Amino acid sequence: MNNRAVILFAGVALLYVLTGVLLSWNVSLNILILGLLSAIMALGVNMQWGYAGLFSTGIVGSIALGGLAVVFVSGAPVPQAFAAGGPGVFLSAGWQLIFGLTVAVAMIAAAVVIWTYMPRGRPRAITVAAVLIAGFFLYRAIFDPAVTAIEAFDPATHGNIGGFGLNSIWAWPVGGLFAAIAAWAIGKISLGLREDYLAIATLGIAEIVITAIKSEDWMARGVKNFINLPRPWPVPYEVEMQADPGFLAFCVNWGLSPITASTLAVKGIYIGMFSLVLAALIWLLQRALNSPWGRMMRAIRDNEVSAAAMGKDVKRQHLIIFILGSAVVGMAGAMYVSMLGQLVPGEYTTLRFTFLIWIMVIVGGSGNNWGSVLGGLLVGWLWLIVDNAGPLIMGAVTSGLQDGPLKDHLIDIAPQFRLLALGVALLLVLRFSPRGLLPEK
Amino acid sequence: MNFLNALVALLNFVVIPAASYGAQLAVGALGVTLIFGILRFSNFAWGDTMAFGTMVVILFTWLFQSMGISIAPLPTALLALPFGILITAAFLLGTDRVVYQFYRRQKAKPIILVVVSAGVMFIMNGLVRMIIGTEEQNFADGGRFLISAGDFKAWTGLAEGLAIKGTTAVTLVTALLTMAALFWFLQKTRTGKSMRAFSDNEDLALLSGINPDRVVQVTWVIAAALAVIAGTLYGLDKSFRPFVYFSLLLPIFASAVVGGLGSPMGAVAGGFVVAFSEIVVTYAWKKVLTYLVPESWAPDSLMQLLSTDYKFAVSFSILIIVLLFMPNGLFNKGK
Repeated sequence: MNNRAVILFAGVALLYVLTGVLLSWNVSLNILILGLLSAIMALGVNMQWGYAGLFSTGIVGSIALGGLAVVFVSGAPVPQAFAAGGPGVFLSAGWQLIFGLTVAVAMIAAAVVIWTYMPRGRPRAITVAAVLIAGFFLYRAIFDPAVTAIEAFDPATHGNIGGFGLNSIWAWPVGGLFAAIAAWAIGKISLGLREDYLAIATLGIAEIVITAIKSEDWMARGVKNFINLPRPWPVPYEVEMQADPGFLAFCVNWGLSPITASTLAVKGIYIGMFSLVLAALIWLLQRALNSPWGRMMRAIRDNEVSAAAMGKDVKRQHLIIFILGSAVVGMAGAMYVSMLGQLVPGEYTTLRFTFLIWIMVIVGGSGNNWGSVLGGLLVGWLWLIVDNAGPLIMGAVTSGLQDGPLKDHLIDIAPQFRLLALGVALLLVLRFSPRGLLPEK
Repeated sequence: MNFLNALVALLNFVVIPAASYGAQLAVGALGVTLIFGILRFSNFAWGDTMAFGTMVVILFTWLFQSMGISIAPLPTALLALPFGILITAAFLLGTDRVVYQFYRRQKAKPIILVVVSAGVMFIMNGLVRMIIGTEEQNFADGGRFLISAGDFKAWTGLAEGLAIKGTTAVTLVTALLTMAALFWFLQKTRTGKSMRAFSDNEDLALLSGINPDRVVQVTWVIAAALAVIAGTLYGLDKSFRPFVYFSLLLPIFASAVVGGLGSPMGAVAGGFVVAFSEIVVTYAWKKVLTYLVPESWAPDSLMQLLSTDYKFAVSFSILIIVLLFMPNGLFNKGK
């Protein structure tokens, strides 16, 4: 941390303080919580881009997979759906669904094994195609009836397979694991080809993940949204705090309103927890960056050919860093959903959750972990403040205009202006200060 | 008779929609592949360039409609097309001057240009949403149907109807003319030949006195034309919504990669491959099969391989298969 970093971080802190004083502390703390989560996501992306120069456009997919993990780990169990039967269901619906998925994975694995070990030629191609096609129909025959049975159970409130009902803090590592598995699959395929191909392929996998979460109701009720996810340990509920005599006595002592005090306390706990995760990650990453492994990663990034000539397995290292970065992003996605208490698939848009995170990393300073944190807090603030203060400001700017279509249009489009502004900011940074606000040393 | 019915149903629900969607993708993929060949990067702003151009066309369409100008039975948007191309070309040339040129001179890595194009994407996306809003716009006027399903049934006495929408015909004819003009330009004109030379081997092209700035400018102008035409045809056929255009990026990239990035012929073939696979895989085959097999064999289920929600999964799978087995695409040999 040098002077420049201290000044910049102080500046960002001032933004949050000003938001608190001028607008409301509630808004300011809400933005801070999301800013911290953005900072964690940015750290993950920075691992891929800053350490290894990998451009992935599938960030939103990792975030959504993390969110999905919360539904599986912490969603309430639905034993009736899991045990349901119906036409074509020979096991209980839940087990049959898992069996179907296993069959699908086994078929793909078999195809890969055959492809690897059979000699080149037409027989190999035909065998692999036959295995995949037969596997697809077998999978559909097992999987489809199970899904129908599960989704038939009480679709107004359930219709999903149910989760384990565990505390949602357990979902954080699981979210990272989900994202890591997806990253492994996609990295295996597209790393080692032209670097644009990774960008295109990850765009696709993210699109598929989001589509699956939206349309596979058995997972997380799809676009009907999954609500009532429990908060992570040890965050209390405001209502419980307000009923606690000890807390009420504390409020009376300090002259606070119990409602304000409890909401601020909950937000404070979230901020504390997320800061802790962020600090631990930075500590780990800084150690990794300064280790021989970190030096090797930078060497690969700066000159792949010479690193390969020195005997480094470039593709393997790229795969490792791609998986690790995605896991960090997935964990942040799980933290996000466990904090919101609901999974809203419609929220996951590429612009908001892929390219915005990219802007955070690049504006903050590619390759510098502190830069990513700064970028996350700063760009996150800019993005969210528009939701809260944009209509107010636009209302003030247009107050001289007469009511009419033009004024309505101006107020409507105010939130869209941030896209333009962020695009300009990204291009300016890339052009005039390509190393970002906090350059890598 | 049943066989004819099956054939008509197949034409009506699979072949005609796929041909029209494929033509739109092909024109879009031509632009991506051209930019890749000459400027050597994957342009992530492409979906939003299409949205921008289509927006300009819609604005001019409204202007013409308000002035009472129409070329019925053709959609007014065709008249607005040249104006859309002009403005989009100016915008792209401006972007090149202000943004891309700097990195080209620096010989920046392609991936930097990809990131830069994401910045341009944000700007265009913001502009489109600010100017025309995020709602759906329908701007197709002119004749609705060339042949309507009812008329077709009356003429032929078949149980299945064959409908050809006016916009389908417009799409196919316009796309065909566009491709013919582009290939003629690339094969026969001096500028087109210099573009191909530049794409094949930049150093040799420079040695033989080709002006790179001119090649780049011509590329942007042609790309603008392709973006506006592809976007307008898609918008006429379906409707205009900015975020849908953004997500067209995936099928268009898939089309361009299938044919081999940089190969115009490949982009056209890729567009149709992606469109036909998407529709064949997501179409419910029950109707066609019921006509073909004896009554007792008629399927109970919809006979749909994948639900239409997953149409992007199809372009993605094609993309993956090509990346795994033919990373240079179907039409690019040893590049």
